[in-house]
Amino acid sequence: MNISESLAVETSERLLREQCTDTVLAAADAGIWQQALWEQLTEFGLPVALVGEDQGGIDLRIAEAFAIFRLAGQVALPLPIVETVLGNWLLSRAGLEPFEGPVSLVDGTALSLSAKNDGWHLSGGAPRVPWGRRADIVVLVGGKVARVGRKGVTVSEGTNIADEPRDGLAFDAQLENAAVADLPGKTDLMAVLAAARCNQMAGAMERVFELATAYALEREQFGRPLAKFQAIQQNLAVLAEQVAASNAAAEMAAEAVEGEIGRIAVAAAKTRVGEAAGIAASIAHQVVGAMGVTEEFSLHHLTRRLWSWREEYGNETYWAREIGQATAKLGPDALWPAITAV
Amino acid sequence: MDSLKFSPPPVSKAAEDLRLEVRAFLKDALAGQTATEKAQSWNGHSPEFSRLVGKQGWLGMTWPKQYGGQERSALERYVVVEEMLAAGAPVSAHWIAERQSGPTLLRYGTQAQRDEILPKILRGECYFAIGMSEPNSGSDLASVQTRAVKTDGGFVVNGSKIWTSNAHLSHYMILFCRTDARSEDRHSGHSQFLVDMKTPGLEIRPILFSTGEHQFNEVFFKDMFLPDAALIGEMGQGWKQVTGELSFERSGPDRFLTSFAAVKGLSGRIGTEPDDRGAIALGRIVAHLMVLRRMSRSIAGMLEDDLDPALQAAIVKDLGTSLEQEIPEIARQIIAVEPGEGADGELEAMLDYIIQHAPTFSLRGGTREILRGIIARGAGLR
Ligand SMILES: Cc1cc2nc3c(=O)[nH]c(=O)nc-3n(C[C@H](O)[C@H](O)[C@H](O)COP(=O)(O)OP(=O)(O)OC[C@H]3O[C@@H](n4cnc5c(N)ncnc54)[C@H](O)[C@@H]3O)c2cc1C
Repeated sequence: MNISESLAVETSERLLREQCTDTVLAAADAGIWQQALWEQLTEFGLPVALVGEDQGGIDLRIAEAFAIFRLAGQVALPLPIVETVLGNWLLSRAGLEPFEGPVSLVDGTALSLSAKNDGWHLSGGAPRVPWGRRADIVVLVGGKVARVGRKGVTVSEGTNIADEPRDGLAFDAQLENAAVADLPGKTDLMAVLAAARCNQMAGAMERVFELATAYALEREQFGRPLAKFQAIQQNLAVLAEQVAASNAAAEMAAEAVEGEIGRIAVAAAKTRVGEAAGIAASIAHQVVGAMGVTEEFSLHHLTRRLWSWREEYGNETYWAREIGQATAKLGPDALWPAITAV
Repeated sequence: MDSLKFSPPPVSKAAEDLRLEVRAFLKDALAGQTATEKAQSWNGHSPEFSRLVGKQGWLGMTWPKQYGGQERSALERYVVVEEMLAAGAPVSAHWIAERQSGPTLLRYGTQAQRDEILPKILRGECYFAIGMSEPNSGSDLASVQTRAVKTDGGFVVNGSKIWTSNAHLSHYMILFCRTDARSEDRHSGHSQFLVDMKTPGLEIRPILFSTGEHQFNEVFFKDMFLPDAALIGEMGQGWKQVTGELSFERSGPDRFLTSFAAVKGLSGRIGTEPDDRGAIALGRIVAHLMVLRRMSRSIAGMLEDDLDPALQAAIVKDLGTSLEQEIPEIARQIIAVEPGEGADGELEAMLDYIIQHAPTFSLRGGTREILRGIIARGAGLR
């Protein structure tokens, strides 16, 4: 199926473009939860995008969900839709009931889950959990999915560069037997989340390019639009190239999640998109001049997210090192076969 | 801007089977190559090798059966091409003919031209030169002054071409020149011709590369007579035809794999347990290559579907050649080498070659600035 023909993607695009206005973004920046917008997303069924119809979901393909993540990035959606979709995806795959409200998910490699009192006990800490302060928490730990919710969770609030909540969570939670289940198959949660950020960043960069281009066409200096100056054209062309590479990389990452080909494709995508994010933000701000760094002009909603997201779930340094170690280990003659395997 | 989206590359099991065949072939065919030969990439010239590849059926493999082609998919051809480049095979003899001249003849050539030439290209026996640039017309290709004037039964050509790679080793040139006097529209009045390099009135003079290599040339035309049958496509439509040719020239793996030998060299030097700096540097290059390869294969799919990916091709060429130029700079930041031939190791000899040739990567086939101009135009900025 061609993603551009997906009705769900098309409808999401319309909804997000219409509803995620500058007013919404400004209020979210001030720390206000955007309940009305969240309800609209819920009405459309987005929180259960990857949940089967038998469980009340809308059963989209992974590629469609990731295309929606890209749209969410385009509009700088100030809500945890990515985390909710993926959290409920884990729950439903483990046969647990999806949450209705916003969800956040924790890669619980550093947590401990042990059998206790006819149930399970979860303990330990997780840093920088998106919307940890108000989302129902899902934890993947030791091949099991724990439907934690909010009980037994202590929050210490924090934010990222874009003022999105990134909260430290301490767990001391007693869970019923029915709230914990094995996750069939293998899921590399860090890679899935990195792939999601790649798509959000690619979307944000598309919008950054649109904003900078529109500004260059409209703003006049020396008696003509900025767009007529070759230096501006060349810089925007470089920005366009970064957007193109990010789109391709983001799709590669989504495919990797869908096909479960694994980590190296996601690693390459996050390395490439993270690098593009810095270049894109810097060119766009240069083109837009002083206006671009004001609260009023919407560029910052996107660039501040790019600067945040490129660090999350492994930045370029993290993933490039992993790729380099893995490929060097095989020796120079295995390098090319490793590249064509993706 | 839709051209910033690259549709997923087509998947082909046949292509992956073919890949293993090509790898096995190259392993034998390239045994004993020197480091410099590996670094030459698609500059390495070997008619013997080209004929061997032709015998395998790996030239013009997408072309119609009537000319000896196999009508295989663009993706299968892509696999052959990228495997050759990654291995540092000496493909230069047949490169231009197979990449762009043959496809141009297939699309615009007369039946007689196709019947005569295509089977020879397929056998790896017929090599082509590109006759576009002139002393006063580089980036501004539309301003060429070489002119073909209509006469009885043909044309008389006067003028000259420059930077003509391998003119001295080629059998034919596709000549791009003016056929009408200068018109209002700079993009009309050009035509393309099939020129036998032995035609009386054609003279080739070498221009030496700064390393002393003889690769490109100046080609002079003095009252050179070309029969009507030499015209390719429609008279006056040369600009449109030539820009189509450029999509083939700009989007392939030759635009990001030219320095691949040095990436392998770097990997060998940092060893199997690299430190962080080495691992990060290598990993970043690999990440870029994976993404570029995906974009380039996506364009191969578009060419197969008869779409016009001129803009996407410009994007891939600029990103790809930038990486190719960065690779030697990265390598020397990680390993303290002094490039030189006959020096201590393979990487030294490779860098000696690549550093000196790297400036050409973003010139040949359309300069960086021209490509960015094309992209800016696509974005509605000009
Ligand atoms: C190794 C090699 C092989 C080649 N092989 C062939 C061949 O086989 N056949 C053939 O026909 N040609 C060949 N060329 C020529 C190649 O196509 C030209 O070099 C290229 O088109 C640029 O032309 P030029 O060198 O005259 O530079 P110029 O056009 O003079 O440009 C010089 C510089 O000015 C910049 N510039 C020019 N115009 C503008 C503008 N409007 N705005 C901003 N900047 C501008 C360019 O980007 C470049 O940086 C080859 C070149 C090389 C290096």
